[in-house]
Amino acid sequence: MSVPGVRLLLLLLISLCIPNVWADQALPYKIDIGRGGHCVRDPVWMRKNHMHLLIHQRDLTVREGKRDKEIDLRNCIECHASTKDDSVIARSDSFCVACHRYEAVKIDCFECHSGIRKSAWLERNAK
Amino acid sequence: MSDVQRRNFLKTSVGVAAVAIAPGLLLFKVAHGQSDDDSKVRWGMLIDTSNCAEGCNECVKACNKENGLSGGLAPTDSQWIRKIEIKDVSTGHQFALPMMCQHCAEPPCVDVCPTGASFKRYDGIVLVDKHRCIGCRYCMMACPYKARSFVHAPLHDQNPDVPRGKGTVESCTMCVHRVDEGKQPACAEACPNKSILFGNLHDPNSEIAKKIRAVASTQVRADLNLNTGVRYQGI
Repeated sequence: MSVPGVRLLLLLLISLCIPNVWADQALPYKIDIGRGGHCVRDPVWMRKNHMHLLIHQRDLTVREGKRDKEIDLRNCIECHASTKDDSVIARSDSFCVACHRYEAVKIDCFECHSGIRKSAWLERNAK
Repeated sequence: MSDVQRRNFLKTSVGVAAVAIAPGLLLFKVAHGQSDDDSKVRWGMLIDTSNCAEGCNECVKACNKENGLSGGLAPTDSQWIRKIEIKDVSTGHQFALPMMCQHCAEPPCVDVCPTGASFKRYDGIVLVDKHRCIGCRYCMMACPYKARSFVHAPLHDQNPDVPRGKGTVESCTMCVHRVDEGKQPACAEACPNKSILFGNLHDPNSEIAKKIRAVASTQVRADLNLNTGVRYQGI
């Protein structure tokens, strides 16, 4: 292979690697992570796999009554709800909505589940 | 092959065959709402109708508040518990009682559910898994107690502990979110006359098991042999 050919190939390989490195840090959209922090796994793993944890845990919780404090939707919302409006779904940059809108994946969870931080909900509904 | 080797080989093969067959048999058993009489826990209620005051609606109010129901009485409004006043016309004897899901050991709603959404938990609580419910309402027709409701309109601002949504059937959950935390159901806690006794029917030392042994209690529609978890005293 000629020298320009090798250079071209190297350039191509390098350019393929760049987005992978960047994907770990910056997201191409605005997102309000609320209080943030990570308790279950690191953010990159969670970004890819949170739905598997949720779907597994939901069957355990509903059908067998085995509730896991950590992988509990309410627990996720408690930290990730916006500090401004206590919700993970209220605005286009809310924690759940931002990614799901970008990826064009509809979330059904909040047709039944509350997207509001439980402590805030209790405060509002206390008599 | 010696006799011992032969014997060991046979033992192992029988074991492997048993494991291979057992999952099929277990699936068959789980698919039907059969009673798990060997379970250590079966949550139940004993309702003393002689204490249940006519006109009192505290249990219904508490249920509505706890589970985020509107409390409306239109045909499309959800009712998980309702107060019923009954009069025996021949004697004039009149009394009131709360009626809700009876948490049957042999629930007809579970038998008819085409998706496996209606199910009975290991502790006897009959629930709808709304992740699987398609809203066909067969269970509502099968229930002899009219205990189930269908959610007709979109809901907002649900209690974070009680997910409810349009297009699914729902009913009394015996406040499963409270029971799992070791608390009483909202109605039992709210009753001013302590007419609703909640507890574990399978624990011989629990208050409810002792009382059920001591007093005469009735199942509503006992003729259906559903073995209800909610029993009534004084009817």
